[in-house]
Amino acid sequence: MSVIARPAVTAPARSSLISAILRFRELAIVVAVIIVFLLTYFKNPSFASVASVQQMLAGPAIIIMLAVGETLVIVTRNVDLSVGSVLGLSAFLVGDLFAHNPHMPVIVALLAGLLVGLVCGVVNGVIVAYARVPALVVTLGMLYIIRGVDAVIDNGVQIEPSQVPQSFVNLGSGTILGIPTLFAIAAVAVAVVGYVMKSFRPARDLYAIGSNPDAAVLAGVRVPRRILSAFAISGALAGLGGALWLAEFATVASTAGTGYELNVVAACVVGGVAIFGGSGTVLGAGLGALLLNTIDQALVAARVSSFWNQAVAGVLLLVAITFDRYVSLRAERLLRVEGAHRDQA
Amino acid sequence: MEDEETAVSSGPADLNHVDSPAAVLVVEGATKFFGPVKALVDGSITLYPGEAHALLGENGAGKSTLVKILAGVHDADGGRMTLDGQTVRFSNPIDAREAGVSVIYQEPTLFPDLSVAENIFMGRHPLRSGKRIDRAEMMRRSRDVFERLGVQMSPSRTARGLSVADQQIVEIAKAISFNAKIIIMDEPTAALTEVEVQRLFDVVATLRKEGAAIMFISHRLEEVFAMCQRVTIMRDGAFVRTSAIGDLTIDEVIYSMVGRDIVSLYGDHTRTPGLNVLEVEHLTREGVFTDISFNVRAGEIVGLAGLVGAGRTEVARGIFGIDRVDAGSVRVMGQNLKSGSPLAAMRAGIGFVPEDRRQQGLVMEMAIDRNASLASIHELSRFGLIRKSSERKLASEWAARLQLKFGRFSNPVKTLSGGNQQKVVLAKWLSRKPRLLIIDEPTRGIDIGTKAEVHRLLGELVEQGIAILMISSEMPEVLGVADRILVLHEGHLAGEFSREDADEASIMRAAAGQMKASAS
Repeated sequence: MSVIARPAVTAPARSSLISAILRFRELAIVVAVIIVFLLTYFKNPSFASVASVQQMLAGPAIIIMLAVGETLVIVTRNVDLSVGSVLGLSAFLVGDLFAHNPHMPVIVALLAGLLVGLVCGVVNGVIVAYARVPALVVTLGMLYIIRGVDAVIDNGVQIEPSQVPQSFVNLGSGTILGIPTLFAIAAVAVAVVGYVMKSFRPARDLYAIGSNPDAAVLAGVRVPRRILSAFAISGALAGLGGALWLAEFATVASTAGTGYELNVVAACVVGGVAIFGGSGTVLGAGLGALLLNTIDQALVAARVSSFWNQAVAGVLLLVAITFDRYVSLRAERLLRVEGAHRDQA
Repeated sequence: MEDEETAVSSGPADLNHVDSPAAVLVVEGATKFFGPVKALVDGSITLYPGEAHALLGENGAGKSTLVKILAGVHDADGGRMTLDGQTVRFSNPIDAREAGVSVIYQEPTLFPDLSVAENIFMGRHPLRSGKRIDRAEMMRRSRDVFERLGVQMSPSRTARGLSVADQQIVEIAKAISFNAKIIIMDEPTAALTEVEVQRLFDVVATLRKEGAAIMFISHRLEEVFAMCQRVTIMRDGAFVRTSAIGDLTIDEVIYSMVGRDIVSLYGDHTRTPGLNVLEVEHLTREGVFTDISFNVRAGEIVGLAGLVGAGRTEVARGIFGIDRVDAGSVRVMGQNLKSGSPLAAMRAGIGFVPEDRRQQGLVMEMAIDRNASLASIHELSRFGLIRKSSERKLASEWAARLQLKFGRFSNPVKTLSGGNQQKVVLAKWLSRKPRLLIIDEPTRGIDIGTKAEVHRLLGELVEQGIAILMISSEMPEVLGVADRILVLHEGHLAGEFSREDADEASIMRAAAGQMKASAS
């Protein structure tokens, strides 16, 4: 065994550098958030006021919530585009519940929202995992169906602030130790789901499925069941997000959450969740949402036209994806040539 | 090291009594049919603990089918399989794995995004309280396995970027970690360098010492002789013989593998080739193929033979400009061809019929006529608009010439049989009137009747002065159709034979790297 130890050593050095870069993705986003914050602060010192910082945290809370669930789905090489409309449906139904039962406890309202989302997510998951219809098509269809249903059941009626009890509205605008309650809830979701994704076998199965579906089958992973769970959780979190939306805005029209799905996917991708599955963390996705929202607010504070918001988000998205591709292609080529030289030696 | 080696081989190497009760695995008369195709008529093999056993045979001899039955990928149609004396039957890969059979495929099946340790333990992570994954334990066990194997690898790095050799080491580590009794390696050395092969040998020696039975599929006979104690040879889906390796010479092995008269499907023919159409000089793509030089003349079929992984398809892709080459030149009709540009290759008159027609040759959902006209769209369009009538005309002209059997031109190509799909790919390129046709595995997955038709067609094309470069893994096809045969071995040109000099044994020898001296 003496002669042979050598060749295995050459390759890891370089590619561990690459994995280090990818692992530092979360740190890079935190740095980016701080830079954006400081730049804006110099231009407009009121950006650092307590109220502004609180808004910086509360603003993206719901998107963070949705991005957590979306991460689970994208990691399996799927996508859930229905989250925005699930959010809208859940917000409306929970509001409607309040209208009929003004004394409903807060926790029941949150669970009701979660349940509505769970049902939608299970439907998505069954069609994707067992009928093998591409997730893009299924969830896009679901998006339109729910929007249609939304429009029918709310029948032009909005949920008005007067219909939402004060205890619930406090959840949306209150703070705990100075931290906005909404953000605290989202942070707990990130922490819990993030821990689960690291530490439990079924969660690791999701990464296996997205990384190499055929190998996952060979490794005994119950692929359809896992994909179904990912969609179910994504739906449930989107439903919970709907209840929180109601708490935050206290008013719901049938268009609530329109276009959110793209913000959510963008947050995931900026946060380092590979769009082709297999890698990425819940923390990264949450930070991605935070960064995109901070830029949004920074542009407002810097009195840049709001039209630029989306353009900046788009640029970030392209940079993130291009960077990922560049790194992996470059690694591949280096390794191939390196292997060839090792051959000749 | 030497001591270990002799100690091991003195054990099971001299097991000549086939019915020894110590056998860990016995397969008798396994059969497998795919529709009317007999993939396996008599798959038989006996493995003893602690032996390395080679399974040899030509492409299509039924080795892979037998392996897939053992791996639980295919369910045998007949025959008997016993493991440790118990009759077994695997209906899926998990069954086989639980029973202690582990297969290391030629293409490793890793999760590129996950750590090496997690690749080893996917689905079986060690757990601590609350069913949580015990990462420290997982790392420790991975390190243990690598230590047992005597290799250095960091369990925490991601699998992405591992060389094929290192990927195989991870696969072996996986097999060991669930205490496989039988480890099957399908062409493990095909993509390895010599140093890496040596390392694999040492790993195999370690495994044998621990009592595992290794089944080793390889075309590299010198490795088989260096590493294995016994050998089983298959031909045409059937068992031929099992022998102790010391009782056979390389020539005897090759004879057992080939040992048949080639059915003369192909009429005798002599052609007089014309001018050089394709000249390839010193073509090199680092790590893939090296210093490839040859020519193809008008009116001749040059066969490109070699084993899977020898680099035949890669050379073709390099010529056609799909993959970049690092050195060397390609000339078509004396003109230098711009490298890395399929469009330039097409303009110069090269047509490329790829191996995988479903993925690369056809748009399966698109209509027959549209597929046929894909490569000539520019010629068929006026002011940038495709004229349906000329598309139809082209399709019906070629359908008649190639005797295409189809329902309607508007049907999707996927409704056709394999042979007729191949004709559509041919029509697509022939309609461009190419000077050179590169055709990769022209009759793979095509029934025998249509096969002969495709061969006749190739013959007619060269009669008309086209040059053809044909890649084929089927020996009778190479011998029967080609006028000249080039043999690749691990990315190098290992031999060239004229039609008269070529026979199956000498091509096999060159492809297995047994002719290095005479290759220039």
